[in-house]
Amino acid sequence: MSDMKVAIIKYNAGNIMSVDFAMQRLGVESVVTDDQKLITSADRVIFPGVGEAGTTMKYLRDHKLDMLIKGLRQPVLGICLGLQLMCSHSEEGDTECLGIFGEKVKKFIHWTDERGKHKVPHMGWNNIYGLQEGIFSKDMENQFVYFVHSYYATTGEHTAASCDYPGPFSAALRKDNFFATQFHPEKSGGVGAQILKNFIEL
Amino acid sequence: MLAKRIIPCLDVRDGHTVKGIKFVDIRLVGDPVELGAAYALQGADELVFLDITASHEGRKTFVGLVRRIALHLNIPFTVGGGISELNDIEALLSAGADKVSINSAAIRDPDLIDKMALNFGSQFVVVAIDAFEKDGKWEAYINGGRIPTGRELFSWAKEAEDRGAGEILFTSMNHDGTRNGFACGTIAELSDTLSIPVIASGGAGTMEHFRDVFTAGKADAGLAASIFHYNEISVPQLKAYLYAQGISVRI
Repeated sequence: MSDMKVAIIKYNAGNIMSVDFAMQRLGVESVVTDDQKLITSADRVIFPGVGEAGTTMKYLRDHKLDMLIKGLRQPVLGICLGLQLMCSHSEEGDTECLGIFGEKVKKFIHWTDERGKHKVPHMGWNNIYGLQEGIFSKDMENQFVYFVHSYYATTGEHTAASCDYPGPFSAALRKDNFFATQFHPEKSGGVGAQILKNFIEL
Repeated sequence: MLAKRIIPCLDVRDGHTVKGIKFVDIRLVGDPVELGAAYALQGADELVFLDITASHEGRKTFVGLVRRIALHLNIPFTVGGGISELNDIEALLSAGADKVSINSAAIRDPDLIDKMALNFGSQFVVVAIDAFEKDGKWEAYINGGRIPTGRELFSWAKEAEDRGAGEILFTSMNHDGTRNGFACGTIAELSDTLSIPVIASGGAGTMEHFRDVFTAGKADAGLAASIFHYNEISVPQLKAYLYAQGISVRI
């Protein structure tokens, strides 16, 4: 994988270094950048991020990164807020998003049932199921991965993995060359590392 | 189903782990990075690194250490210990920490919680509360449990949540170090009061104590130090037990 170049899109979002570190652990050359040429010429593009949807979309539009991301032809992986921004619309700040996936982003509501209290954010390890081919390996069905989020993408035609909290939502989405995970593969132990490796080796 | 989290806590001084840790090869003792990685391999869900360095110089070392931890560790980790400045918090997050926990600084300057949440997001903000029960009343203490503050536990925890804390790390000083079990009743009340996750700390001695804190105590996560470090309970053994007890854990 030494000749592979990965661009991690730099924008006004937190915790981007973790993805860069995960690439280093895989021995993959990565660069954190907002340089359009570097992004379009990379073999793989990762669109990570933790932050607020409205201000982040505005930042992407102001820096013309929105059209750039939509036009990418190489495999692209959105993570967490990245997944949400690749959907059509987010309830967070009533934000029009990139529209790569038709799914919509909604806010979790506090919920108490016989299993207890469902707190928001959905924080911690939860199991994913209904895995579609692409970035997942066959043995990952029902494995646990790490989530931290208050908004979720609904399930729909592009759902590539589901998770329940308490109802089902999209843990991963896929359309053509665009992949996205709501969970953090860079923080999901060995399973997450394998997902990132699968993405690099697509 | 969302899993209950098992969180070993490591004390770090001048870049080295303080307590002797017996569960791994003796050569690893002292290096927080290798110990953290070993815990991750064992199945720990998260780690907490608590900086107990007193000197300013030592604190600079800690940021470098956090960067090395972030580079090597593939599970989330929280850093804490004497953190009070927004600049320090930003440096720790930039170094790759997933969450920063504040304790005394939050009581002295509660606005710090709002500022952290606004600048970095609630998911980065853990408010740690050390509390002591006397005559049925829980009072928050600061400076490593040395100074009483007059703040009542539940109202302070709720205020921290309202100000933007993403999690509460509650340590019962009455139970800490006793190994007689967690303060389950209080933790359950805290969990019912709050809408954010509660990490329970103080009193872990047996696997049954973890079962109790996740059932009767309604905790979202259980934190312990010495029982893991001295290999009295291993993380895989504990998780297998909890799983058999019908508790959702990541195995």
